[in-house]
Formats: sequence, structure tokens, C-alpha cells
Amino acid sequence: MAAGPMKMRATIAGGNTDVRVLMTHPMTTAQSGQPLHFIQNVVVKQNGKTVIEAEISQAVSRNPVFTFRLKGGAKGDKIEVSWVDNKGDSNKIESAVA
Amino acid sequence: MKTTRRTLIAALGALLLKPLAAFAAWNEQAFGAKTAADALKTLGASSPAASKDIVIEAPQIAENGAVVPIEVSSNIPGTSSIAVLIEKNPFPLAGRFEFKDGALPYVKLNVKMGETSDVRVIATAGGKHFAASREIKVTIGGCGG
Repeated sequence: MAAGPMKMRATIAGGNTDVRVLMTHPMTTAQSGQPLHFIQNVVVKQNGKTVIEAEISQAVSRNPVFTFRLKGGAKGDKIEVSWVDNKGDSNKIESAVA
Repeated sequence: MKTTRRTLIAALGALLLKPLAAFAAWNEQAFGAKTAADALKTLGASSPAASKDIVIEAPQIAENGAVVPIEVSSNIPGTSSIAVLIEKNPFPLAGRFEFKDGALPYVKLNVKMGETSDVRVIATAGGKHFAASREIKVTIGGCGG
């Protein structure tokens, strides 16, 4: 399956930046009888600087939704979230903090 | 430009390799561990100290094991990473999050749970490991997804 669309909303809440991101991905497990296909790496960048690096497993639910929290921040900051899966597919989304 | 099979293969290869190179590695050994103890050993966090400064927000009972929301944060100063383990899943380690300068040690995610299990969270701060856990009861398992 090709990389599906992503959605992201980054907002200032309580003086920090909340980043809520949705990734369209089957996240199939070895138990499902389907080929193992899941996101392995997720990277969050704030104004081009890496702030979070995650490694995840097939135990993350289908169409993963994550919320991350960045210190401070301001409206207009550029947030980028990208992922790569076990088959080398990848996708990313960038948007400005609202 | 004339597209030969060779240039096409080279272009395809570059496309496949590029995203991989841009990311950190995936810890196959830790994610392949079949017990939480083995996963923690692989991560170098064998005997974490119990801590009340790790906050786990999750439902007591999850009706659908395919989507169990878990919210984790650490109030331990200098927390640089958080790992989430689901003790009774076939491969307990569900994720490991590294927080650099500029990020707060917080993450909310949805996980699959095969059955009722303790969810264990390990926070690492200043090279020391801390742990908290919480049981989530699952009515319908979610590992077939």
C-alpha cells in the first residue's frame, strides 16, 4: 500500500506547543495473517530542528494518532512530522503552529 | 533523456535508500524481545527504580483491544526518553520516544493489546531508569488487526 495521507494540528496550549498527528497506515501485525507492515520510525522537527525521535512497533494501532508536546513555541513555528515503515515507505507533513 | 532500465533501477534504488538513511535505526533486538524483561535488558534498563513521577493516563477497562489510548508523561527532571511496554503482548515493547532539547517528556498514543495486561513505562533521566506500571483490562483482544 502506498503511503496514505497525514493530518496534523499544532496549537499553543498552556504555553507549550501541542502537536497532534494522524498517519494513515495499516499497521499489520504478524498475528493478523497479513504481511507484517508497520511504521518503525517517527521524527518530529520544530523549525527544522529534530526534537523527538521515536521507534515504534506493530503494537501501535492502525492509522496511528500521536500527541507530542514541545516546550514553549509560538504561532507560525514550522512543525514537521515524518515516518518510515518496515518496507521503506515514508511520508511527512509540515504545518505552521496555529 | 533516454530512460534505460539501468537508470530506472538506479533512480528507484536511490528513492528507496534515501528515506531510510534519514532516520535513526530501529532496535530490532529490543522490539523482537518476547518478554518485557528481555526488552529492558536489551535497552540497558534491567532494574529500573519505581517512580511516582511517571504519570500514566489510560482506561481501566478497554473494550476494544485494537485501540487503547495511553497518555504518558514524566515529571522526573532531565527525562530524555520514555519506553512503553505491554507485558502480555507477543512483543512487549510498543515504542520508545527520545526527547531532545525543546520537547517535553510526554506522548499520547493508541496501542493494541492482546489481553488484559500491565502496561509498563520506563523513563530514562541522567542515565538512570525509572518505572511505573498500570493494569488495563481488555474485553476483546486487538492483535488480529
